[in-house]
Amino acid sequence: MNTNSNMNYKHYNKFYGHLDFMKYRNVFFIFSSALIILGILSLFVFKLNLGIDFSSGTRIDIQGSQPMSVAKVARVFTDMGYNAETPVLAGNQNSMATVRLNQELNQGQIAQIKSVIQKQFGVNPNVNTVSPQVGRDLAKNGLYALIIASIFIIVYVWIRFEFLQGLTAVLALIHDAFFIVTVFSLFHIEVNILFISAVLTIVGYSINDTIVTFDRVRENIKLSRKRLTTLQELGDVVNLSIRETLTRSVNTVLTVLFPVIFLLIFGSESIRTFTIALLVGLICGVYSSICIACPLWAVMKSRYLASRKEKRTVRTES
Amino acid sequence: MVKKGHIFSFFAILIVAAVIMGLVTAPIIHNVKLGLDLKGGFEVLYQVKPLKAGQKIDQNTMSNAVAALNKRINVLGVSEPSISIQNGNRIDVQLPGVKDEKRARQLLSTTANLTFRDYKDHLMLDGSDLQPGKAQVAFDSLNHPMVTLQLKDPNKFASVTKKVLSYGYPNNVLVIWMDFGKGDSYQNEVGKANHKFISNPSVDNVLNTSDVQISGNFTVPEATTLKDLLNSGSLPVKMTEIYSTSVGAQYGQNSMKDTLFAGALGVAAILLFMLLFYRFGGLIANITLAFYIYIVMGVFVGLQAVLTLPGIAAMILGIGMAVDANIITLERIKDEIRSGKSILSAFRAGSKRALPTVVDANLTTIIAAAVLFMFGESSVKGFAVMLLISNCVTFITSVYGARLLLGLLVHSKALNDKPWLFGIKRSDIREH
Repeated sequence: MNTNSNMNYKHYNKFYGHLDFMKYRNVFFIFSSALIILGILSLFVFKLNLGIDFSSGTRIDIQGSQPMSVAKVARVFTDMGYNAETPVLAGNQNSMATVRLNQELNQGQIAQIKSVIQKQFGVNPNVNTVSPQVGRDLAKNGLYALIIASIFIIVYVWIRFEFLQGLTAVLALIHDAFFIVTVFSLFHIEVNILFISAVLTIVGYSINDTIVTFDRVRENIKLSRKRLTTLQELGDVVNLSIRETLTRSVNTVLTVLFPVIFLLIFGSESIRTFTIALLVGLICGVYSSICIACPLWAVMKSRYLASRKEKRTVRTES
Repeated sequence: MVKKGHIFSFFAILIVAAVIMGLVTAPIIHNVKLGLDLKGGFEVLYQVKPLKAGQKIDQNTMSNAVAALNKRINVLGVSEPSISIQNGNRIDVQLPGVKDEKRARQLLSTTANLTFRDYKDHLMLDGSDLQPGKAQVAFDSLNHPMVTLQLKDPNKFASVTKKVLSYGYPNNVLVIWMDFGKGDSYQNEVGKANHKFISNPSVDNVLNTSDVQISGNFTVPEATTLKDLLNSGSLPVKMTEIYSTSVGAQYGQNSMKDTLFAGALGVAAILLFMLLFYRFGGLIANITLAFYIYIVMGVFVGLQAVLTLPGIAAMILGIGMAVDANIITLERIKDEIRSGKSILSAFRAGSKRALPTVVDANLTTIIAAAVLFMFGESSVKGFAVMLLISNCVTFITSVYGARLLLGLLVHSKALNDKPWLFGIKRSDIREH
């Protein structure tokens, strides 16, 4: 029986046994940096399409039984004396309409709108009116909690693994969260309160994914039984670990993607943006764990080791 | 030789689990609390402000306000209302399944501070002079609705009416106000057709009685609302709506139906994928996933958490993430089998090697979730609870549950020398 089986089943996979992730690390780094710059630019140019949870105003959802037309919905609102921004139709055969008004309505106005819609379309609409304070508080709170959570994650990974892995894991996490923001800004998808939950989900997934890969790196370093110092050596371990965990990474993201894709196609209209955020974040999460976190760690680690060696050499010389 | 005892235990566990799951299905479904977005109804978030200058909004005032709101909501007969204090100065009221939203809103937000004043707006009597809970709707001789009240002290009413009587016509009026505010005055309002006070009966005699009737120009529902407000007491604070949302019952049901349908398809896809990719190992994983779904639902219902649309989505997503623990372990076992180990030692080594990975990955997420729970508010907190539950349950089912079930069959030796059960071709196994 082979006592050191772990070192012996390397490179078994015929599909990706030869993939070299370290070789293309600069491509990944440049690609991700470009995405981040694009995101920042997009935030300045297009901003975020904030839903009423974060801006302010009223949102009216009408779910009819028959197809509706933009013109009719708009006319109903104009007749009531409101300046409805272009109504958006959705659902099967456009039987749903969403109207956004820029003003917050009072009780009386809401009651009036409800009764008119009831008369015109035969259904009771959903009416949401919001002052932006609530959404902003929640977003601020989410961000604040996320920063504290990141610190705790770094500390935990520092204890169980090492500091640099904690740092790169958190960098990958921020990368993923920001990428979702970028996509929503670029494509002008409405950001509502569920967006915060979606980003938090992705953060949970991303950290999980990165840790699994780092765990294999840690194991392979132990198994190699020698001090790894150069980028080449560290890179080899990283490549090996990614390849070994790649089946798992792909399978896991597939199993999570199945429900997300079905939710996107068949799920309720009101969680559509939530599922879009998840879809984008999940794919980005796998990419960042494999192509950003691991190679970045190898680069940072080798530089750190080199600088320490240099210092030691300087000290012995003097 | 196959050990039958282990196989017997395996099926015994499955049968017991199936029976338990069958028994708890109904209670879980019945006790699940559906959120507004699934059930229909409406939610209002109030900003609480002081009623009088110098009044402090502290814990005490907030709980008094919540208590008063609770009484009013009881009047509405809502089955599962939820009232919570947020940020220390906001009150969130959720009323699922409310039919008459307009009335509910009115009933909730009026301060309901009833006062009796003279024509110069001096305070004569207020809510504290009323016997609590004694307001009723009655009808006068012309069958117009009116509200009757009972005072605590008839003598006080006598002295009040005596004083009002002394002003002489046309000033001998006792003006009944609801929520008399700054800038309100009888003189300004009396000329208007749509005046702000409820009524201004003239006092023609000294009334030494504890029974008072208010006859405004009420409709029956208006009189009923007034009665309910008076009976549930006045609010100690002023509340303004800062957020409101209402969901039609039909809309909510449709959302739930669509999302559950999509979720069922998604879960079916996961089960099928696991079965095709990991064969027998996938079957075990699927069984533990069924346990997972039940336990998560059970804990969720046990905590009396409210199931919302994103909650369903998060739960379905959680299933995908729970499979991860199975996948990590099964991949490890496959690696070991490929390296030429027997099924038994591959199972042992694979489970052992996978454990630290699963522990570290889940613990990191649990730490993140715990921090979100401690520092987060409202929906961030709710999300953290879901994440915590699903991660902890994953340990029980996908790690220990799967190991127990697979272990029983592996130890029975029934799987010996059958690598295809794990989706491995014989040609992929290293020869020694």
